[in-house]
Amino acid sequence: MAETARDIEALIDLMARLPGLGPRSARRAVLHLLKKRGGLMAPLAAQMAHVAATAQDCAICGNIGTGDLCDICASDRRSEAEICVVEDVADLWAMERGQTFTGRYHVLGGTLSALDAVGPEELRIPQLVERVRSGAVREVILALAATVDGQTTAHYVADALAGTGVTVTSLAQGVPIGGELDYLDDGTIQAALRARRAF
Amino acid sequence: MDWQDEGAILSVRPHGESSAIVEAFTAGHGRHAGVVRGGASRKIAPALMPGAQVALTWRARLDQHIGTFTVEPVTSRAAILSDRLALMGLNAVCALLHVTLPEREPHEALYAASVALLDRLAAGPDWPSDYLRWEAKLLEDLGYGLDLGRCAVTGTRDDLAFVSPRTGRAVSTAGAGEWADRLLPLPAVLLGQGRGLPAEVVAGLRTTGHFLERLMADLGHRPLPEARRRLIEALAGM
Repeated sequence: MAETARDIEALIDLMARLPGLGPRSARRAVLHLLKKRGGLMAPLAAQMAHVAATAQDCAICGNIGTGDLCDICASDRRSEAEICVVEDVADLWAMERGQTFTGRYHVLGGTLSALDAVGPEELRIPQLVERVRSGAVREVILALAATVDGQTTAHYVADALAGTGVTVTSLAQGVPIGGELDYLDDGTIQAALRARRAF
Repeated sequence: MDWQDEGAILSVRPHGESSAIVEAFTAGHGRHAGVVRGGASRKIAPALMPGAQVALTWRARLDQHIGTFTVEPVTSRAAILSDRLALMGLNAVCALLHVTLPEREPHEALYAASVALLDRLAAGPDWPSDYLRWEAKLLEDLGYGLDLGRCAVTGTRDDLAFVSPRTGRAVSTAGAGEWADRLLPLPAVLLGQGRGLPAEVVAGLRTTGHFLERLMADLGHRPLPEARRRLIEALAGM
């Protein structure tokens, strides 16, 4: 019995390392799994073992998939003319949730950071330039955070792509859907005003 | 313990999943860090950008604790984000202040100069000479000031063209003589004369860079921030 409890405690400790979970919520999650051992815990464990064994970074874009190429790069229904540059896989998934973009992606793996000494060589910028030079890319869309590090990276990538002949664009910045002006910070209002368009 | 002050944010680091450790250069308390509860939230994060001017309230049980900040935005300076060169300037300012300033030591004159420079960065393109003079101010405040009033050799106040890499004193063309190629350049813009061409600003940054490297060596630190090198490269390419 004590041995079993130690195993369960080890599982709780591991679960508590997940984002969004602390020791107490990890305990609740493990208890829930234990109550649904056959219906949830066993398939979850099997699927986690399978993904752990097969997951790898896409050789082209840096997305996470279960083969050499991710589903997006392997698909012939995605346009090769547009590449959307994102900071990490979470941003790629966010873009995909929008179900609007039909091109392909390039995951940088982070942003340049003056204080953390993250330079261009730590990111997948050379691979992006190589990809643009060797492919049929017409437009690179910079979908990077509207933060100092994000925009520093965006300017750096735009500089690196100068001379390749590709059009470099970036996502618009301004009032979010459902946003009220009174609650927006002045930087967002300034950006929105600068990016105004005919109505 | 608590205090209220105004400052410019230098860096923001995630702390746990919802908070952030913010470092700010404040008017009365120098470079000071604190935890901002909920600093990663959608509501607060936009106010916590490096370069943003904020009103801060710091609280801690003991002075030695990192403490918590309550932050209210004053000026976002978000216009800098869309200007490539100004963004490089902002990164260089924040990185230099981060690596050179001692913690919790007031530098009121340097603070005023830094805030004025940040405002200039957000206002338009005529700031590179201000940046150069700000670096000279930073050196002065940290005890590495340049003495550019008169020639160290002849005593003249005219035709000052060089800086001694050893003493930081100005040297005139006549005083430099055959040693000119061993001295650092002293462009007029570093003497506060005019706005200077980008090449003159770059020459001045070579001089201030020499003394910043000495400061960094004395602090037992790493090389100068990469952000400063990128700024100089961009200015040299103009």
